[in-house]
Amino acid sequence: MEAIRLDAQWIDYLLIAIYFIFVLGIGWFAKRGISSSIEFLLSGRSLPAWVTGLAFVSANLGAVEIMGMSATGAQYGMPTMHYFWIGAVPAMLFLGVVMMPFYYGSKVRSVPEFMRRRFGTGAHLVNALSFAVAQLLIAGVNLFLLGTIVNRLLGWPLWITLIVAAAIVLSYITLGGLSAAIYNEVLQFFVIVAALLPLTLIGLNRVGGWDGLVDKVSNDGMLGAEQLSSWPGEQLSGFSNPVLSVVGIVFGLGFVLSFGYWTTNFVEVQRAMASKSINAARLTPIIGAFPKMLIPFIVVIPGMIAAVLVPQMTQFKEVSANIDEATALEQTGVTYNDALLLLMREVLPNGLLGVAIAGLLAAFMAGMAANISAFNTVFSYDLWQQYVVKDREDDYYLKIGRWATIGACVVAIFTALIAGNFSNLMDYLQTLFGFFNAPLFATFILGMFWKRMSATAGWVGLVGGTLSAVFVFILAETGVLDLPGQGAAFLAASTAFVVDIVLSVIVTLFTTPKPAAELRGLVYSETPKSDFEDLGEPKAPFWKRPVPVAGVALVLVIILNVTFG
Amino acid sequence: MSNSNVQTKTAGAFDVRNFIGALLAIFGIILTIAGIVGFTPDEAERTGGVDANLWTGIGLVIAAAVFLIWARLRPLRIVETPDESTDTGTEAAPDTN
Repeated sequence: MEAIRLDAQWIDYLLIAIYFIFVLGIGWFAKRGISSSIEFLLSGRSLPAWVTGLAFVSANLGAVEIMGMSATGAQYGMPTMHYFWIGAVPAMLFLGVVMMPFYYGSKVRSVPEFMRRRFGTGAHLVNALSFAVAQLLIAGVNLFLLGTIVNRLLGWPLWITLIVAAAIVLSYITLGGLSAAIYNEVLQFFVIVAALLPLTLIGLNRVGGWDGLVDKVSNDGMLGAEQLSSWPGEQLSGFSNPVLSVVGIVFGLGFVLSFGYWTTNFVEVQRAMASKSINAARLTPIIGAFPKMLIPFIVVIPGMIAAVLVPQMTQFKEVSANIDEATALEQTGVTYNDALLLLMREVLPNGLLGVAIAGLLAAFMAGMAANISAFNTVFSYDLWQQYVVKDREDDYYLKIGRWATIGACVVAIFTALIAGNFSNLMDYLQTLFGFFNAPLFATFILGMFWKRMSATAGWVGLVGGTLSAVFVFILAETGVLDLPGQGAAFLAASTAFVVDIVLSVIVTLFTTPKPAAELRGLVYSETPKSDFEDLGEPKAPFWKRPVPVAGVALVLVIILNVTFG
Repeated sequence: MSNSNVQTKTAGAFDVRNFIGALLAIFGIILTIAGIVGFTPDEAERTGGVDANLWTGIGLVIAAAVFLIWARLRPLRIVETPDESTDTGTEAAPDTN
């Protein structure tokens, strides 16, 4: 793969440098508020909903999302919108309306801790360990992507980029804890928009506006107009039958995969736990849903523009359609993942280019920072305090949190190096950790609403569900099951979900349930309604209450689906 | 907060809105100047004739002004509670949710 050198000038470097001064400055200023482990690891539960809501979206707006979604946009066009409108927004609203009261109201400090209170240490250990290891792995993958992109854009050697980026993340998180990570995510959000919105508008200007884009995409001689409507999305789902494709996208992507990811992933839920009241916690993912709906317009559309505007990208797409992607890579030296970078190089003047590079670097570092700030909380509270050194004073756990951060950054550098040398291995491991999500969601939702569900059922369901997903995955990999595209992933997740529910129900019928007195705040029927409300706060107007705001978001996302369907 | 022991006061504490406003303002001013003095034919060809730096710069300055005015109009309330428990938010936060 050849370098895509961007012609960065002193003005671009100046803008990038100013941005990094602000990043470190936030760490420095956020340090003031930290005197306990809760303040370091959960921001002292003090942040307003708009801050945590934007952080909720930004924590997920990392390298994989921005590069990956613009790549998918260049390849398939509008069906990529499903990853946002079907694969994210409904699950985020569900998290805010249904599940957040349990997470925030029970005063747990992490998602695994909820698991421990509801199902005991068996399920907890499975959950906490798999989460901690997965975070280190994903932090390394994020760091590696950052390193390769800086290398290709600016020509820095990989190892220097890895160390510099890890050092920057490390310094602002060890100083300012979760607050620094969250404030930086909010800042990053605006820089990303400041970079990608002009990129999209200028790109549209170059192709002759929206009509010009529609015209060029419909007549590209490949997928053509199919790329202009999101449904039924056969190319994306891999099902050739349109009905199956819609069912696959709605249930596979929209229900099992996305609910599993958004509602149980502590990286996301942690942002809501840092907010100042139960109302703000519930509003966090709901407020986040609004920018989430609009982000694809400045991520997916630029990908589509790149595919018709940048000659290298157009050529790559044509050769991949006629021969295959490997040949196309050989002939052009680019892949779909370069769509956004190629468009930046094609249309952005120096100055805006600096803002765009700063925004991308920010996004990649924020992705890693989010993984590390979630890791240090689970490590300190769920592993160290629970299983290694109990009952020490709080200062001790604050110190452990800081050491965990340092350790995680060092490990991430090494995982990044492994990711560089064994990319297939990393793909498999990431897929494997993905299998934990669907059964986690099944176990949580059953446990929150069925008071009889026993502790044994908790861990048996989790382990059984995960193993069944691995089993389906192996069948698909070895060719026993023939499922193209995303079909295998959809089926593996759905199987895990069903197996988890069935096993949990069967095991519960033969084991003793937890005493009802221990279930307050954890199970719906055992929790007084007042636990889910803010005491002493006057009732908020409807536009500050979770359910009505979520309703508005749901209507908007349906309108988007119909308009661009 | 309805607790009578709680005092609120405004203070020049860390407010992320000021940070966002300041960064966007600096970016906006630099881009605006670049757009005025450095708009070359080569750039015009890239952007399709639009002075992209200038317009983005102006947009950023306006966005920055919104954040700085918002922070000025609804300043942070520092909540001071006599007995400090770990669950009490002592950090500043604008009351906007």
